[in-house]
Amino acid sequence: MGYEGLHAETVSFRGHNGDQGEAYYARPLRAGKVPGVVVIHHMPGWDEWITAVVRKFAHHGYAAIAPHLFFRFGPGSPDDIAARARPAGGASDDEVMGDVAGCMAYLRAQPNANGKVGVIGFCSGGRHTYLAACMVPGINAAVDCWGGRVIVNNPADITPKRPVAPIDLTERMSCPLLGIFGNDDKNPSPADVNRTEEVLKKLGKTYEFHRYDGAGHGFFAVDRAAYRPEQATDGWRKVFAFFDKHLAASVSAAAA
Amino acid sequence: MCSYIVEQASLVGSAKGAKGWMKVDTANVYYDHPYHAQLDHALSIDFVNMAEGGRERVAVELSAESARELVRTILAALESGEREHAASVPAETAAYLT
Repeated sequence: MGYEGLHAETVSFRGHNGDQGEAYYARPLRAGKVPGVVVIHHMPGWDEWITAVVRKFAHHGYAAIAPHLFFRFGPGSPDDIAARARPAGGASDDEVMGDVAGCMAYLRAQPNANGKVGVIGFCSGGRHTYLAACMVPGINAAVDCWGGRVIVNNPADITPKRPVAPIDLTERMSCPLLGIFGNDDKNPSPADVNRTEEVLKKLGKTYEFHRYDGAGHGFFAVDRAAYRPEQATDGWRKVFAFFDKHLAASVSAAAA
Repeated sequence: MCSYIVEQASLVGSAKGAKGWMKVDTANVYYDHPYHAQLDHALSIDFVNMAEGGRERVAVELSAESARELVRTILAALESGEREHAASVPAETAAYLT
């Protein structure tokens, strides 16, 4: 095993509307060019688990950045800020798309960037990822982990902050998509996942979906009862294989 | 799932948080992924003072079953407490309390 190391820190980035936000950023210390990944957190906010995900990507040879999507509701601790954001309806889709684009620019501006950038999101961040794959130019690969409301079953879920159902923008999807889902999930339900796949297939998009029996929503979360070690381990393998294929060759081999 | 559904209750009272006691006028109540509790979903209550901007909060994250138990307990405490207090004051005073 050669030298292993990573550097992790909070950084500032320019997001939607030029707003300056904070993000958690980690990069491997090995020499050479590396691909980047934007990591999108779930509704409860910019939590410890999402920083662990960022470091996991760095360990596997990616520069990764997780924007704090609720920074506009600050200052304060991430949990208090998320609590403020929730009754206000959270961050708008426009803000999130602008913040994702800002973080992509941040990654590509780093001297060791190889120019390829992927996006991954969990839960509401999975929905944001699907949306970004359709709306944000320049994404090389996207991973939607159990994003709910890609298909909008309840018209009340269409709001000024979330004015479109992501599924309706699928024709504009410009990058390969990986989907990771639990078959016990209620949102998205297996029926929702099937309907999403039908649309992707019909429109000739490049995608791969993986569905796991015995797993529900959020089964990667090691600090929750929903954690399913066998399914999560396989899911992470799928994620890294997908990003390795589309962002760089064999970047995670050194971490294996 | 991650939802943006929040039920709100208007309150009169106080709560003690990280900076000591504060008035609270609103409870934001929601059932979603918690931030801290080791649960997949939690009934969360944020006690805030919206009149002062709602920036400070006193928060709890409870399992669904314990939240229901809390509701039952609150109602039981109110019922027994109000009955007790009503019995301990003169009838003419109690009339003003009803």
